Amino acid sequence: MPEILNLQGYGSLLIKGAKLTVLVGLSSMVIAILLGLVGAWGKLARSRPANIAAGAYTTIVRGVPELVLILLVYYGAPTLIQDVAALMEIDLYVDLNPLVAGMCTIGFIYGAFSTEVFRGAFLAVDKGQVEAARSVGMGRVLCFRRILLPQMWRFALPGLGNVWMVLIKATALISVIQLPELMRNSDIAARATRLPFTCYFLASLIYLAITIVSLVGQKQLENWANKGVRKA
Amino acid sequence: MPLVPDIVIESLPKLMSGTWVTVQITALSVTIGLCLAVPVALMRVARNRLLSIPSYVFCFYFRGTPLLVQIFLIYYGSGQFVDFLEAIGLWQFFKQAYFCAILTLTLNTAAYTAEILRGAIEAVPYGEIEAAKACGMNTQVMFRRIVLPKAFRLAWPAYTNEVVFLLQATSLVSIITVMDLTGVTRVIAARSFAFYEMFIAAALIYLVMVYGVLFVFRRIERRILAHIQLPA
Repeated sequence: MPEILNLQGYGSLLIKGAKLTVLVGLSSMVIAILLGLVGAWGKLARSRPANIAAGAYTTIVRGVPELVLILLVYYGAPTLIQDVAALMEIDLYVDLNPLVAGMCTIGFIYGAFSTEVFRGAFLAVDKGQVEAARSVGMGRVLCFRRILLPQMWRFALPGLGNVWMVLIKATALISVIQLPELMRNSDIAARATRLPFTCYFLASLIYLAITIVSLVGQKQLENWANKGVRKA
Repeated sequence: MPLVPDIVIESLPKLMSGTWVTVQITALSVTIGLCLAVPVALMRVARNRLLSIPSYVFCFYFRGTPLLVQIFLIYYGSGQFVDFLEAIGLWQFFKQAYFCAILTLTLNTAAYTAEILRGAIEAVPYGEIEAAKACGMNTQVMFRRIVLPKAFRLAWPAYTNEVVFLLQATSLVSIITVMDLTGVTRVIAARSFAFYEMFIAAALIYLVMVYGVLFVFRRIERRILAHIQLPA
């Protein structure tokens, strides 16, 4: 490793952190996509309770800062569970793992954003497609799986790409709850080497590299989802 | 259990002072950021490479890296250049967390806003530019009278989102010890162990602020876009 990237031996710590950042980002994205699909169903379903629940979910989550939600989940949820347990006279001790807490919170937050993306994507699929599927006798579920789901990706991918870009940067916030991802590790390196600018600047370049790779990947995925679509 | 826990009512004055700091930081960064974004956006659309490339790099860097890294880079990173900053008399600013917070948020929002404005400037219909030229306007007058007013209108909905994101992003300044709403909440929660009560209270205050901003900005939107609004 070149001298400037070695950082008195702390360079490898940054690389380790970057791996965890990508891991946390990907798993949160999976949670966000699943929640987004459920949320979009809730918004589009012909059931009032589902509409209200999905509406409340996106309204609240998109109106509260990520940091406050992360702190609320990591510090608040265990005490809340303990207080409720104490009311029912159960002695309980809850300790959340920062990795799980961070992943779930980030996934939960960006699930609200992907809900809006999926809602738009489902609405963008040609209505005639669904009508045709129903008229050949497909059930609701089969029609969703075979007709709506495959065609929806084409409209969802640009929006999901944006969600991913914001999400991967939001993972830096998990450093606040001491998860040793890229941000936390560069913090450790900055304190140990007394070169804060160098460490944080290197970290920012790694984030930038992740962004660039994501942009390329997004283009590939969009090409895949758009295959068979004639361009004007 | 009472509906509003006592601890929240007791700490309401402190929460309000934190809210005031949050509003201050948001207002200052939005205002200065907008002033900065206009020249950056104009540089972006310039034909001269010497103007457009630095502006592109600025936008790409600030949009591609997490805000937290940027804040640490400026607040802690400036410590690496104490001698230099002292020599030019800027250290007295950089040693204050409040100043660094506003500087970072301003640069961050300037980058995002410049990108929004660039999109809007490029979306101004070419016919209007042609008409302006046909009337004999030079480039300066044309930008001032035709392109920028039109671009601001086109950009307004996206700019609304950016302001909301910035308002939420100000919560990060609590990590570098600025006592904004999140900072105050964290201190009270840590002292009283009332984690979920305090963070839920803070989340509600943020929710009110976010939807307050949205309400005002939608009002302005209805005004400046009145000519293309369908009668409701």
